[in-house]
Amino acid sequence: MNGIHDLGGMHGFGPINPEQDEPVFHHAWEKRVLGMFAPTFAAGLYCVDEFRHAIERMGAAHYLQSSYYEHWLHALETLALEKGVLTREELRTGHATPGVPKAQPALAATDVPKIVAHGASARVALDVKPKFKEGDMVVVKNMHPAGHTRLPRYVRDKLGCIDRDHGVFVFPDTAAHGKGEKPQHCYSVYFSAQELWGPKASRNDSVYVDLWDDYLVAA
Amino acid sequence: MNDLFHDHDDDDHVHPHGRALSDPELRVKALEQVLTEKGLIDPAAVDALIETYETKVGPHNGARVVAKAWVDREYKQRLLANGSAAIAELGYSGIQGEDMVVVENTATVHNVLVCTLCSCYPWPTLGLPPVWYKSAPYRARVISEPRAVLREFGVKIEDDVEVRVWDSTAELRYMVLPERPPGTEGMSEAELAAIVTRDSMIGVARLAPPKP
Repeated sequence: MNGIHDLGGMHGFGPINPEQDEPVFHHAWEKRVLGMFAPTFAAGLYCVDEFRHAIERMGAAHYLQSSYYEHWLHALETLALEKGVLTREELRTGHATPGVPKAQPALAATDVPKIVAHGASARVALDVKPKFKEGDMVVVKNMHPAGHTRLPRYVRDKLGCIDRDHGVFVFPDTAAHGKGEKPQHCYSVYFSAQELWGPKASRNDSVYVDLWDDYLVAA
Repeated sequence: MNDLFHDHDDDDHVHPHGRALSDPELRVKALEQVLTEKGLIDPAAVDALIETYETKVGPHNGARVVAKAWVDREYKQRLLANGSAAIAELGYSGIQGEDMVVVENTATVHNVLVCTLCSCYPWPTLGLPPVWYKSAPYRARVISEPRAVLREFGVKIEDDVEVRVWDSTAELRYMVLPERPPGTEGMSEAELAAIVTRDSMIGVARLAPPKP
């Protein structure tokens, strides 16, 4: 979707202002949000693409005015409600409806070191034929899907070159909508800065973007 | 705003110590409590994850990778050829670093990382991302005007050096192998690791020679 999250190349946000000696968390509640991600993921509440799309669906003003962990909190609440895992009444009262059956947590504390070290790769062990190879010139499709995509606006309709083939990965545009993994090759694609940003960009500079087969056509 | 979740009656939510809880505090508390009562999450697992990312995982991990690459030519080759496998040799792997790519800064190439669409970041080697990395100004600007952004971080890139910006739009996670500063020839691997900063592994800093 052409949402507010797709920030690359926008103007008007001002200086970066990095915080010196920044703590890992700024509020205690942020820790709980971070800590709820892996357990709810392990419980099968969502896939990572659904999680990102839940954030993208936030209202634009709300997205810009809220912090990273508020985005996560919004996604956890939204997905739990949409998947029927809990009700709005339960969120309001902070308690489960009496008498509902109790599940067994998918992630036990003792399994945390293992899951942290292993993660959940989106790489797919399937022998899918790549459409392109290193050095191929490609044009990014000029597409504007209303659903989830990992194709930033700033590369659409631009000429690039396949830098390297990362292998076969889950395709987010389908996975985020329960339409399957549609495994395909994902590449690092080179773009000259001038191709993307015009003649005022440095002639020496470049941008590398990871893009899937379905986003690309041969130049 | 988020109307779904703003129907709390604030009088119902006063902290035991008398301080009113903020909106996210209340929502997080309610969410965790309901998920716990339903047996979907174990609060002890939440605690263990917090402890992991507060105390164990952080840029000191990435610094060890960098220092080893500086002193061990064969390790550096493995690191640049297969980042995930070489980083796992030092025991770092997993969540948000399952598939790693390491890019090398040299006298002619300066790499810098961003995630313009969200805030993807290599957790196993760099820890959780700083606020500025996740914020709109950095994500909007570094992709189109990297030299201006780097100047704000105090890094002046010479005109003939190529700036490469890596936008982690997929599930690959990137890390910069910074240039080893001059004046570090006699230093041990552990001493070298101590001078490697988080920002140098994002690509928004160059490492200075150690002070005498």
